[in-house]
Amino acid sequence: MSYISYITLFKIRFINGLQYRIAAWAGIATQFAWGFMNILLFHAFYSENPANFPMQFQQFASYTWLNQALLALFGIYMWDMSIFDDIISGNIAYELVRPVDLYNMWLVKNMATRLSKVILRCLPILIVSVLLPKPFGLIPPQDIITFILFIISVICAFVLVNLYCLYYYIISFYTINGSGIRMVGMAMSDLLSGFIIPLPFFPENILKIVNLLPFASMQSMPFFIYSGYINKQEALFKIGVQIFWIIVFYITGKFFIKKALKKVIVQGG
Amino acid sequence: MIELKNICKTFKVARRNAGFKEAFKAFFKREYEYIHALKNISFTINDGEMVGYIGPNGAGKSSTIKIMSGILNPDSGECIINGRIPWKDRINHVKEIGVVFGQRSQLWWDVPVIDSFELIKDIYKTPNEIYKNNLNELTKILDLSQIVRTPARQLSLGQRMRCELAASLLHNPKILFLDEPTIGLDAVSKIAVRSFIKKINKEKNTTIILTTHDMQDIEAITERILLIGKGEILLDGSFADLKRGDKNIDETIAEMYKEYEIL
Repeated sequence: MSYISYITLFKIRFINGLQYRIAAWAGIATQFAWGFMNILLFHAFYSENPANFPMQFQQFASYTWLNQALLALFGIYMWDMSIFDDIISGNIAYELVRPVDLYNMWLVKNMATRLSKVILRCLPILIVSVLLPKPFGLIPPQDIITFILFIISVICAFVLVNLYCLYYYIISFYTINGSGIRMVGMAMSDLLSGFIIPLPFFPENILKIVNLLPFASMQSMPFFIYSGYINKQEALFKIGVQIFWIIVFYITGKFFIKKALKKVIVQGG
Repeated sequence: MIELKNICKTFKVARRNAGFKEAFKAFFKREYEYIHALKNISFTINDGEMVGYIGPNGAGKSSTIKIMSGILNPDSGECIINGRIPWKDRINHVKEIGVVFGQRSQLWWDVPVIDSFELIKDIYKTPNEIYKNNLNELTKILDLSQIVRTPARQLSLGQRMRCELAASLLHNPKILFLDEPTIGLDAVSKIAVRSFIKKINKEKNTTIILTTHDMQDIEAITERILLIGKGEILLDGSFADLKRGDKNIDETIAEMYKEYEIL
């Protein structure tokens, strides 16, 4: 099968996303503010007794800045709202009369939207955070291998986050309005993926369980690898876990959408 | 060729009366009703035919179109279109059909229409030459040369509908489903759309199935009429069969709906 149609879809979505420049500036401002606040807050905690904390402050700062810079890649809330709208309004009918696989099309759309957003936003944040004085700024990774592992892990986490979002589009075929389930999904993943508080700060017993969940493979992993919080050997293992979850999500997602489409009733007229 | 045999489809609908008390009750116990949208629908349409599919609101027209275009799974019955079962082999099936849902838009809202056309071309993997030819031809007969350079959101309904028609024909479909293509159009646009549909059918031998409430559409375009009411096919014949004396066509239809008690 040829992939021209997916590439075109990607291109168009990507170009479309680049148009929203004011939104990008607003995003950058928010992410700076959030990053600074978080770092200052934790700095106050750390100055009390750094030994109490599972990560070094420097690692925490790097974690925070990467988190903010790559928010558009990993933030669950960056849904493609147009897909929910299509399902609610019944416009999905037009997607279904196209000779493309709906699931793959959604995946491509989501990835393109996120990539276009992150490209506009990440550079200013990365540049400024590198220039910040120690220990508040982003430090370069230990070596080139760490950096390569980081990039691989970013890609895996990115794919996984997109696949996770696809579940919610499928669910909204059943729930008609997706907003309730979207809230639950977002709250759950924001907490369990370490978006709100980095995972190492969780109580040990809870962390044991959280580590078994797919959320741990989402955004935390690349940041742990980058900041040297986990060593290379462990990083390789964790990337393996990420790939495992990608396969699980993809297979189950495909299965569920097939079921959903059998039952689907295009709404209205 | 399109063949439907004993197609049935039931929808489950949650119903309740108005009011706070009823809403509260429904919160704990929903009452459902089963609506038999389609009951044993059977018909055959040959290649190159132009068929008007008519019936009152809620008769099952759109459901039938959705089944034939592979979007909806029927509960039972057979449907074979060009040798395929639409909902089982959706992707291959839809390559050969074009669909216009008059109440929806397939054009991309914020970009010029021509960009949507290009996207559709790539999605259907239409060869360049065929696409160019079709685009030129469609641009000419639908008078689109200026319109296609405008974002869809800034088009009037009539202009947009002409673009929708063009969009659904770019990949040379063998069958064209039109679900209320003239809804909300002014007289000039209606006539343009009608004559265009006729032309396409004649020149490309495209099979056309059209649903509408506008009897003049039917009179102007179709040779054959399928009348559906309460989920059943009530009449399969020509426009002449429908007409009674000198009566206005709308009156005739209204009378028929009453006669068949399908309102």
